[in-house]
Amino acid sequence: MSDAIVLTGRAIRLSRRNLDAVLTAMLLPVMLMLVFVYFFGGAIDTGTEYVTYVVPGVMLLCAGFGSANTAVTVTHDMTGGIIDRFRSLDVGGTAIVAGHVAASVLRNAVATAIVFGVAFLIGFRPAAGPPAWLAVAGILLLFILTISWLSACFGLIARSPEAAGGFTFLMMFLPYPSSAFVPIDTMPGWLHGFAQHQPVTPVIETLRALLLDRPAGDSAWQALVWCGAILAVAVALSGVLFRRRTA
Amino acid sequence: MTDEPAIEARGLEKSYGAVRVLEGVDLSVARGSVFALLGPNGAGKTTTVRILATLTTPDAGRARVAGFDVVAERRRVRRAISLTGQYAAVDETQTGAENLWMMGRLTRLGRADARRRAQELLERFDLADAGRRAVGTYSGGMRRRLDLAAGLVGRPEVIFLDEPTTGLDPRSRQAMWEVVKGLVGDGVTVFLTTQYLEEADQLADRIAVVDGGRVVAEGTSAQLKERVAGQRLDLVLDGADAFAETARLLGARLVWSDADRLTLGVATDGSAAHIRGLLDEIDPGRRAVDRFTVRGATLDDVFLALTGHGAAHDTTPGTAGDKESTRV
Ligand SMILES: Nc1ncnc2c1ncn2[C@@H]1O[C@H](COP(=O)(O)OP(=O)(O)OP(=O)(O)O)[C@@H](O)[C@H]1O
Ligand SMILES: [Mg+2]
Repeated sequence: MSDAIVLTGRAIRLSRRNLDAVLTAMLLPVMLMLVFVYFFGGAIDTGTEYVTYVVPGVMLLCAGFGSANTAVTVTHDMTGGIIDRFRSLDVGGTAIVAGHVAASVLRNAVATAIVFGVAFLIGFRPAAGPPAWLAVAGILLLFILTISWLSACFGLIARSPEAAGGFTFLMMFLPYPSSAFVPIDTMPGWLHGFAQHQPVTPVIETLRALLLDRPAGDSAWQALVWCGAILAVAVALSGVLFRRRTA
Repeated sequence: MTDEPAIEARGLEKSYGAVRVLEGVDLSVARGSVFALLGPNGAGKTTTVRILATLTTPDAGRARVAGFDVVAERRRVRRAISLTGQYAAVDETQTGAENLWMMGRLTRLGRADARRRAQELLERFDLADAGRRAVGTYSGGMRRRLDLAAGLVGRPEVIFLDEPTTGLDPRSRQAMWEVVKGLVGDGVTVFLTTQYLEEADQLADRIAVVDGGRVVAEGTSAQLKERVAGQRLDLVLDGADAFAETARLLGARLVWSDADRLTLGVATDGSAAHIRGLLDEIDPGRRAVDRFTVRGATLDDVFLALTGHGAAHDTTPGTAGDKESTRV
């Protein structure tokens, strides 16, 4: 545990000094939000002000895209000399991964808050009260934690940081076939099945319901189950992958 | 404590797929001594170090380090050792002090103790001024010193150094040698690998020469030098006839021969008396030898003498350094 705390401190220092990566993780969702709101928004009918509709999706893209960067930082350690030193100090794989994940959660919590700030500037006016905001923060943190740990698994598989970067790509595209930017029923029929049942959709729907002060229905528990299950699998898998990689 | 060796290995074997990397390595290193594993690229040096440092498990054989078995008692071994690998194991974007502080915390020092230890090591390794700068701005020699310092934070009993000076310029290498010599005073055992005979000679009490996954010779530097002279006398002969005649005369004492350049090499201790004697013996008529040079024995000479074949692998000092710089 204390190793994990020391390594979290290290990972935070490393991210602070690699601000480009953090800025990219923020800039991309902000640009997308501006593009969607100002270029496409007028043409998309969502039944509400488009900015209000799209912000939960943008938040999720921001959180997912930023968290996916954990794959890169993990691979960087695994392919450099430092992993041997950590292991010769008897630092376990879980502590190493947990350090990167914890720093990622912190990094993305800040990034997400800033993107929320930009959303307010361009007219996002949610109806949520304080308890709903707490729930929003909780869901986003859980999502960030889940994707970060899942990314760490990819980082343990990838042979180079460039290869690990491919995972950020996947996370950037996953929100498109969901209700993030346009209502699912405007998509072609063959996509409905995937778009409705992929893990990102219930998370977005829950965020949207909380922010707009509407009933969340089934999506809230679906979101929790999805995230919880993926997180549990990722934690177990990362242990196995680390042992395999260092055998 | 006991007179059990600090490191003892018996019959270590390791294969990667079909490639047999170690084919039965036996080693014994006394406590408080410096031991060098000397060999060319691909000889199995890193593999041996990784097994002894518990990072890789051997396919066969056993090894004990600091009194513990490297497989069955891996955690206790880890608490007694440190490894400074062939490739730098420090964070480029952390400062020197932060890197050392982090290592201190990971070896279970308290916050204040870790800070004190980091400062102490920075001063000892002549990095006090650079301690607040990011490691990315360090020179190769500074980085290597910091890397070594990071391995000392936890006051290990046994220190493994994998090619500590590969890729360094002569001055930084010299500085590194001083640092390694300084370690011995603390009573620790140092196990280092190197491709340079001179380095092993300078630092080690005992040297093992590895080639093709086996120890082909082991002994003190003086013992090895009796088998492979420390210096080589290269003779440029006056023509093909003189070349053939002299080669015949030298017979088994020949350690080097290059017919294209009409050059023959013979072992010497480098003293004027020995060289004068050799020249008189080889060329009493003072006509056969055109020119001569005296040079330090290369790893090739060692291998030629010990294995009967040249180090078939790439042993030019530059290559390993290049490889290292592309990794950083
Ligand atoms: N993980 C691995 N997978 C496959 N082959 C490996 C692996 N590690 C080492 N080898 C092979 O084992 C042989 C010995 O490698 P090792 O790194 O121990 O040599 P070395 O003496 O340290 O060489 P160098 O001077 O280049 O560092 C080489 O042929 C290398 O290609
Ligand atoms: Mg090596």
